[in-house]
Amino acid sequence: MFKQSIAALALGVALFSTSQAMAADYVIDKEGQHAFVNFKISHLGYSWLYGTFKDFDGSFSFDAQSPEASKVKVKLNTASLDSNHAERDKHLRGDDFLNVSKHPTATFESTAVKSTGEGSADITGNLTLNGVTKPVVIAAKFIGEGKDPWGGYRAGFEGNTTLQLQDFGIQGPGPASQSVELIISVEGVRQ
Amino acid sequence: MHWRNTATAYGLLSIGMHWLVALAVFGLFGLGLWMVGLDYYSSWRHTAPELHKGIGLGLFALMLLRLLWRLVSPPPAPLSSYSRLTRLGATLGHSALYLALFAVMLAGYLISTADGRGISVFGWFEVPASITSIPEQEDVAGAVHFYLAWGLVILAGLHGLAALKHHFIDRDATLRRMLGRPQPTSQAHKEL
Repeated sequence: MFKQSIAALALGVALFSTSQAMAADYVIDKEGQHAFVNFKISHLGYSWLYGTFKDFDGSFSFDAQSPEASKVKVKLNTASLDSNHAERDKHLRGDDFLNVSKHPTATFESTAVKSTGEGSADITGNLTLNGVTKPVVIAAKFIGEGKDPWGGYRAGFEGNTTLQLQDFGIQGPGPASQSVELIISVEGVRQ
Repeated sequence: MHWRNTATAYGLLSIGMHWLVALAVFGLFGLGLWMVGLDYYSSWRHTAPELHKGIGLGLFALMLLRLLWRLVSPPPAPLSSYSRLTRLGATLGHSALYLALFAVMLAGYLISTADGRGISVFGWFEVPASITSIPEQEDVAGAVHFYLAWGLVILAGLHGLAALKHHFIDRDATLRRMLGRPQPTSQAHKEL
């Protein structure tokens, strides 16, 4: 029994240390919706307005031993914006902002991951929003990973980045509201 | 002049409501087109939609009253000079106007109440939300409201042109009846 455990451990260590390609593939938990893409933008310079995108999907690969080999890909339905006010949502989906009838999806695909410390990394990737593709850097934090109580294995992250609306061809409502912070918080289920 | 409609003439109430509705429809159309283009920092940004919604709900009440009044005091009979086709066209046209009016107002109501918020009528009272579960309700209702509003003003424009045609080409009493003018020949009265 004890010997077997040792052997298993040794095997595990061997696998981890020899292979860089051990990164597991995860799918964002859309079913249980343990995933959020929130945004935060100034209202007139006086307060923060928060909103969320309800419909998005994505996957990532991750290995705690070699975080820089991680990859992430997210596809988001821009019309799923919700800021808890129907008239505002309609306005934000319209031509002045996200132009969702013309550009119904936004995507992010990582191109490089650079470790910035214990459990944190800068994820560089291409963000396509309002039909414009621009590189952005998401400052990501590893939150935790492990077995879930239902027989699966999960890993979770949170990241944020600030976009200048004009970079993506969005006029914005006024001078006080030219940048938006995206806060992405996702849990992936290992495949 | 009488309040009620008679067999040959519109009464004051019907005439008043007709022109009030016409004023509201064209006023709301212009206000609506203007307000959606307003800058976020415009001082009208809040006031214009509040007016639009308040007047719109007022128009809804007026239209209900109009329908009710049709039952209480039916409109006068069509002029005897109208052809069958004219009568059919008028019936269809008027029905389409009523339908479009109610549909436009319903769609507008569904935009503003899509998230369960009611609509305040000039701060006097609030009309509560009801249907909130149509997928992407504010966008769907918004598109319907926009296109139906265009349809309505085009229909109303044709309705006006038809009235002018009766007045200037057919030289009958159609438009005069809706202006409350006595009919010069009083042909119908003589017949009675």
